[in-house]
Amino acid sequence: MRDELQKRVVKGPDGVEFEVEPLKDYYCEAPPAEHPPAYLKIVEDLFNWARSQSLWILGFGTGCGAIEMRPLMTPRFDAYRYGVQWRPTPRQSNLFIISGYLSVKTLKRVIRSYEQMQNPKYVVGLGSCTINGGMYWDSYNTIKRLDDYLPVDLYIAGCMPRPEALLAGFETLKHIIREGKAEGANLYARNFDWYKANQKKVIHDWDMPDYNW
Amino acid sequence: MRALLDSLKSLYPLDDIVLQRPDLAFATVPAAQVRGLLHHLKEREGFTHLVLLTAVDWLEDGMFQLTYLLHDRARARDLGLRTLIRRDRATMDGIHDLWPTAATYQRELKEMFGIDFPGSPGVDDPFVLEGWTDLPPYRRDFDTKDFSERNFNHREGRVTHDPAAHMKRHLYPDEA
Repeated sequence: MRDELQKRVVKGPDGVEFEVEPLKDYYCEAPPAEHPPAYLKIVEDLFNWARSQSLWILGFGTGCGAIEMRPLMTPRFDAYRYGVQWRPTPRQSNLFIISGYLSVKTLKRVIRSYEQMQNPKYVVGLGSCTINGGMYWDSYNTIKRLDDYLPVDLYIAGCMPRPEALLAGFETLKHIIREGKAEGANLYARNFDWYKANQKKVIHDWDMPDYNW
Repeated sequence: MRALLDSLKSLYPLDDIVLQRPDLAFATVPAAQVRGLLHHLKEREGFTHLVLLTAVDWLEDGMFQLTYLLHDRARARDLGLRTLIRRDRATMDGIHDLWPTAATYQRELKEMFGIDFPGSPGVDDPFVLEGWTDLPPYRRDFDTKDFSERNFNHREGRVTHDPAAHMKRHLYPDEA
């Protein structure tokens, strides 16, 4: 475990010393819980419709695919007219686009960011690398199947997919959400141990809390 | 450039001199002389800029080749210095005191090739590979495909076609 996560005594600016136990004080110890659907199907459908209309993407580019997201923010492709926008922090976003190859070092940061996002949250795998490794299929440092580590709602194939393909992907994702099939966050909570085991299998120096909420 | 190489040759045991372009040359020096020569080039000859420090793994010879590429801004010329060190004792003197940026190259070489530079700042910190336990991956005896198959789950359904055979089958189905 990293030094900053160890239990320690801290001296505050007013000179008072106090004990800090980051794992208990800053992080949630309980594993993630499943979020039940609303009490009426029609209400849940309304929620899902609303969710589908505001996809807020975490501004986190993992690989070369991130370059395809930039044009979407500009007037030429203008994803904002579809209710899609980019946010600077995980707390404000509900869609994580894994843009291209994902190295083990980045995977660690991706897991932290994903777990800090609020429910309901969605993951889109962009590019061949997230599906089966793509051109990095024999690389020592990139994972080959994203869905082993995070629940993926949608893959957009290509190397790289054009911005138009992403726009089509957003529309498909909206469709999936409206049908109530984008249950990634619940899937993650249900199979939390399985996901953790997979993540720890590739991240050899696990130095963060098990659940980063 | 030739004049520079001639004057250097009288001071240091230069070997395998290649004059690639009028403004680019390579030379090989023994590992013990590298620091002195780099210092001389930096202070006396105007090669103030370290372009890169990289390594090549000559597995069959049991050697690592280190390449120091220097640039002289005033005369717009480059000089590459090569040196060979033993693979089984991969240790080299650092040059981070001459160029602080070299510390980053040395840290990378430590991680990717396992070449140690004692005393270089942060040389043992992980750079890209956090928690790496295997052989350094740029060593040629490291099998990257085997490593990736052991570590990462594989998705079925991946097919590779030889382009020539595939097009032949596609265009002339009768002959295939």
